[in-house]
Amino acid sequence: MTLSPTAFPPLAWVAALGRATLALCRTAGAVVLFALEGLSHVVRPPFHFRLFLRAFLEVGYFSLPVVGLTAVFTGMVLALQSFSGFSRFGAEGAVANVVVLSITRELGPVLAALMVSGRIGAAFAAEIGTMRVTDQIDALTTLSTDPMKYLVTPRLLAGLLAMPLLVLVADVLGVMGGYLIGTLKLGFGSATYLKSTLDVLQVMDVVSGLVKAAVFGFVVALMGTWCGYNSRGGAQGVGAATTTAVVASSILILALDYVLTEAFFAR
Amino acid sequence: MSGSDVPKIRLRGLRKAFGPKQVLDGVDLDVMPGHSMVILGGSGSGKSVTIKCILGLIPADAGTIEIDGRDVLAMSAREREAVLDRTGMLFQNGALFDSLPVWENVCFKLLAQKRITRTRARDKAAEVLANVGLDASVGDLSPSELSGGMQKRVALARAIASEPDIIFFDEPTTGLDPIMGAVIDGLIVDCVRRLGATAVTITHDMASARRIGDQASMIHKGRIVWTGPAARLGETGNALVDQFARGEREGPIAMELRR
Repeated sequence: MTLSPTAFPPLAWVAALGRATLALCRTAGAVVLFALEGLSHVVRPPFHFRLFLRAFLEVGYFSLPVVGLTAVFTGMVLALQSFSGFSRFGAEGAVANVVVLSITRELGPVLAALMVSGRIGAAFAAEIGTMRVTDQIDALTTLSTDPMKYLVTPRLLAGLLAMPLLVLVADVLGVMGGYLIGTLKLGFGSATYLKSTLDVLQVMDVVSGLVKAAVFGFVVALMGTWCGYNSRGGAQGVGAATTTAVVASSILILALDYVLTEAFFAR
Repeated sequence: MSGSDVPKIRLRGLRKAFGPKQVLDGVDLDVMPGHSMVILGGSGSGKSVTIKCILGLIPADAGTIEIDGRDVLAMSAREREAVLDRTGMLFQNGALFDSLPVWENVCFKLLAQKRITRTRARDKAAEVLANVGLDASVGDLSPSELSGGMQKRVALARAIASEPDIIFFDEPTTGLDPIMGAVIDGLIVDCVRRLGATAVTITHDMASARRIGDQASMIHKGRIVWTGPAARLGETGNALVDQFARGEREGPIAMELRR
């Protein structure tokens, strides 16, 4: 006798779980193929350098204010909180160390990526999604232009290359935020704070953060373009694509942050 | 068969389904070189899907699509691109790229194929815009700054700028007032004649169909049910076509809807 979920209702949840798992695998596979196709155009002419430059400026330059402010305030809060916590057991001297390591290894890349996800991932999804529902992507094809090459590849490349530069600036600003609070409010000497910062900082701390930034930038661009490219159903579909792009890239950023931290720092 | 007898576009047994809905159920259609074919049909009858299948925007499930006697579906991607290079398309809503100024929209294909420099493209755009009755100054505007009629004209300019052999028009007069509709129809006829192109137009607008078309075909339930001279629309003897052409409420189409 065959045991089907309809014949045996308690098994219905297993069927639902199976369907959801298959759908997830299908989507993951489709996203990977989409990314590979997008990247394959990097080495196949013609190249749309102008579009790459526009996307690069959008990700790297126009995101600077929001990412910079986030980094400065994060560094300031981190200095205050670690001073408050460490003073309970006389370890105030570690404030500069904690600030620089937290910013370069984790908070710089993660917070910058989350801010860029809200700003750029959403913009990519909305722009490409609107192009999809207004036939502009079909129009590209009829005008002898590969939509993947024109819309996706420049954005993927911009996310991959611009985010590390953005995070490098965020690192500097975050450390500067901690330095300002440390010297102006918490009573550290300027030279002492800077020496503590530089003494503990290693090349690997910065490099790991920049690698994370490149991965996160790629993920933000990928989810933005993927969701926009596959949006359906008019304004509502574009709205849903934008939300999905931000939510999915945020979750992926946090999950990949763990994976990369494990790869770089787990002993 | 002599060369001139080979249809520019030949469809045989074209089928396409979306899930359980069979939209195209064996479409057969011939469009001769230099002719202007109008495809009529109700909403959801598969007119747009037919054009999108020919252009490769939607993959057909079965059947053959021949252009100049060569089966497009059997071609390699590169060969298909070469065929697409010789086509132009005017989308129902214009589908102008709102991130680009009008002149760049008009010369998009020429720029993409590097057939023209950006400096030369501005002059070329001005020439093509003049052909559709627009001033060169329109070239610097954004598509969002144009009225519906002007957007249609710019879209027409973009479709003809590369001087294609085949031009598709998807409901070119939808959303326009009757006078602007007649203006667009006139421009389409002029442009197609000047280029010597083959044109395929899909429309609901009978006045437009008579003005644009040499030939007309009616698609109903995924099949071509009549083909003949566009001038005879309304008196074809085919009950489906005549009801549709006269816009009558009673007839075989309405009766089928009631069942």
